[in-house]
Amino acid sequence: MSDMTIPKTYKLFVGGKFPRSESGRTHAVNRPDGGFLANVATASRKDARDAVVAARSAWSSWAGATAYNRGQVLYRVAEMLEGRGAQFAQEIIDSTGATPAAAKAEVRAAIDTLVWYAGWTDKFAQVFGGANPVAGPFFNLTVPDSVGVAVAVAPNAEGSSLLGLVASIAPILTMGNSVVVLASESAPCVAMSFAEVLATSDVPGGVVNILTGNVAEILPWLASHADVNSLDLTGVEGEVAVEAERSAAETLMRVIRPRTFGATEKSFDRIARFVEAKTVWHTKSLA
Amino acid sequence: MNLRELAPAPESTAILNLRDSYGLYIDGRWVDAHGGSMATISPATEKPIAEIGLANAGDIDLAVKAARKAYDTVWSRMSGSERGKYLFRIARLLQERAREFAVAETVDNGKPIRETRDIDIPLVAAWFFHYAGWADKLDFAGLGTNPRALGVAGQIIPWNFPLLMLAWKVAPALAAGNTVVLKPAETTPLTALMFVDICEQAGLPAGVVNIVPGLGEVAGQALVTHPGVNKIAFTGSTSVGRHIARELAGTDVALTLELGGKGANIVFDDAAIDEAVEGTVNGIFFNQGHVCCAGSRLLVQENVHDEFVEKLKRRVSTLRVGDPLDKNTDVGAINSREQLDRIEAISATGEPEGASRWTLECAVPKAGFWFRPTIFTGVSTSNTIAREEIFGPVLSVLTFRTPQEALDKANNSPYGLSAGVWTQTASRMLTMADGLRAGVVWSNTFNQFDPTSPFGGYKESGFGREGGRHGVTAYLAAGGAR
Repeated sequence: MSDMTIPKTYKLFVGGKFPRSESGRTHAVNRPDGGFLANVATASRKDARDAVVAARSAWSSWAGATAYNRGQVLYRVAEMLEGRGAQFAQEIIDSTGATPAAAKAEVRAAIDTLVWYAGWTDKFAQVFGGANPVAGPFFNLTVPDSVGVAVAVAPNAEGSSLLGLVASIAPILTMGNSVVVLASESAPCVAMSFAEVLATSDVPGGVVNILTGNVAEILPWLASHADVNSLDLTGVEGEVAVEAERSAAETLMRVIRPRTFGATEKSFDRIARFVEAKTVWHTKSLA
Repeated sequence: MNLRELAPAPESTAILNLRDSYGLYIDGRWVDAHGGSMATISPATEKPIAEIGLANAGDIDLAVKAARKAYDTVWSRMSGSERGKYLFRIARLLQERAREFAVAETVDNGKPIRETRDIDIPLVAAWFFHYAGWADKLDFAGLGTNPRALGVAGQIIPWNFPLLMLAWKVAPALAAGNTVVLKPAETTPLTALMFVDICEQAGLPAGVVNIVPGLGEVAGQALVTHPGVNKIAFTGSTSVGRHIARELAGTDVALTLELGGKGANIVFDDAAIDEAVEGTVNGIFFNQGHVCCAGSRLLVQENVHDEFVEKLKRRVSTLRVGDPLDKNTDVGAINSREQLDRIEAISATGEPEGASRWTLECAVPKAGFWFRPTIFTGVSTSNTIAREEIFGPVLSVLTFRTPQEALDKANNSPYGLSAGVWTQTASRMLTMADGLRAGVVWSNTFNQFDPTSPFGGYKESGFGREGGRHGVTAYLAAGGAR
């Protein structure tokens, strides 16, 4: 009897499916000790554009889902992650060389982050908006609305291979946006395993799309994409981030600049950066 | 003889006490400008009102340094309640001198005195009064306790609501504890310069408010790129907004943009038709259509289109176009020759692209810049007049059959600032409001503004909100380390 393992083939996550890069490209990812870990897909411009199309078509029904439903789906992601906690801890160790305790704590924090945002879906609107006492006979209400399709670059920072990814995705999903995430270049395998969690968590296909590859190669196409509404640069630094922000100006994309939030930060403001305030006026009268 | 003809009822300009020329107001003093000067003219007569000094980059540098000094030494150290008292004083002073400002705004901008008197200036005072009360309540703004001001705010405002846009910018900035350098629009600097007198009467410390008229590409550019500025707030065209966003890429300068629009005003067959006609007129002919949130695309349900358009034309035929100082005037002068050219150029594409043009037949003065209210029917979504912001008294009428088609057509625009819905069915109204991709939705009304009510756009209409709690957060950051 052989104890030879069956290694996983890492692909992309687009539209709820796991396609290979249309470019046929892969790149090797090594363990911290230099040993071979896996070949992962190297996403191309075409993959990025396909991911935006998938995100756009998934957006309206996700945005239109009830807050209760979105909350349950996000909670379901936490449940699925919990069930595979040991696997993720091992993958974090394999990818980053984290200690077992640190890896376990990171998985725990990722689960807690998902639960925290799951609880916000049906509370955010009340805290964010409300009735405006205008000086006239009008009903006037400000409510949050999703921005649309977001692009996010997951951070590379230490201790964030899973947590940084979750901390990027969850606030974007909370109020109904869809997202194309560029996985951390240092831990793409963890990100693609998280895609398996999403795929089994009632998250509608296309709401989250994850691409692995070279951020500097893919990001410019996404930052200049006319059908992208917001751009989270939390995981990017330097000239790549500046160029992305400059491209985003052409379509007046909402940009979250690097260092606006910590790599693993969870905050109300992070949700608020992915909503539009919509104010509705209606006349009042007895007529 | 026209039986509706009224005797002229001009508002007197005797209340004005203008200077022949104005410099820049920096660090609590009037100083000379170094970027040349230009006359600000009345667009209704083309006569010069005053000579206005134009700031160059060096002047902007002085203004930013003055604002920084005032921020560091005075304004950031003052308690919120004290800051608020200055703003309350400003609100009261503006109320006391409301008529003077209304007349000045009408002379400089060309908009009817009825609007400056009843809408612009009262809202200006209301804006300062509202934000005055925020100054000592910032812990409740939603950023946690002890939020901090951003520092020096550079503010660039347009010519369509000159003093009101100043209020939208200056009031929340000061309430939040920032100091400001404000550049008024090239064609309408007058009331911003008069506002200096209000600041002085209020005893506002030197350097807290600096007013620097100038050209966009000189003074505006210098302000946007000045390393001492922490925040840029801009209201104006989408193309300039794009340019500013590009310039600020890679910096830590906070940015809010309130840009163009192509608002859809949607009329269903069950609407109160007469009210919808009034609302449509107000939506596009208010302020000569120089309104970023104007209802410039009228979407009428097909089965009431003919009846609605007929009533609309009948109503528009009663509009009085002419001397903006006349209290009976509904539609005043176009703000500038340049804007008139733009309105004429875009309107000229209407008929060649297949639309039918109807223009109000009325006499207009010989001097000045005038454009008669115009309605295009038979417009398709791909027409230039249905896509581009005209920023003038020009309405494009389209039709729809189903609510979904109305939503699709309304949202088929790179802009997303405003929309209107006219229906008596509440459930339909609410579903439409949910689906419209616009920052402001007016239902059975249009073009309403209030300092408590957040205003701002989706998509290429910009980002950030002005008004209410959301407006003050645009000038604050969470306290503590970040």
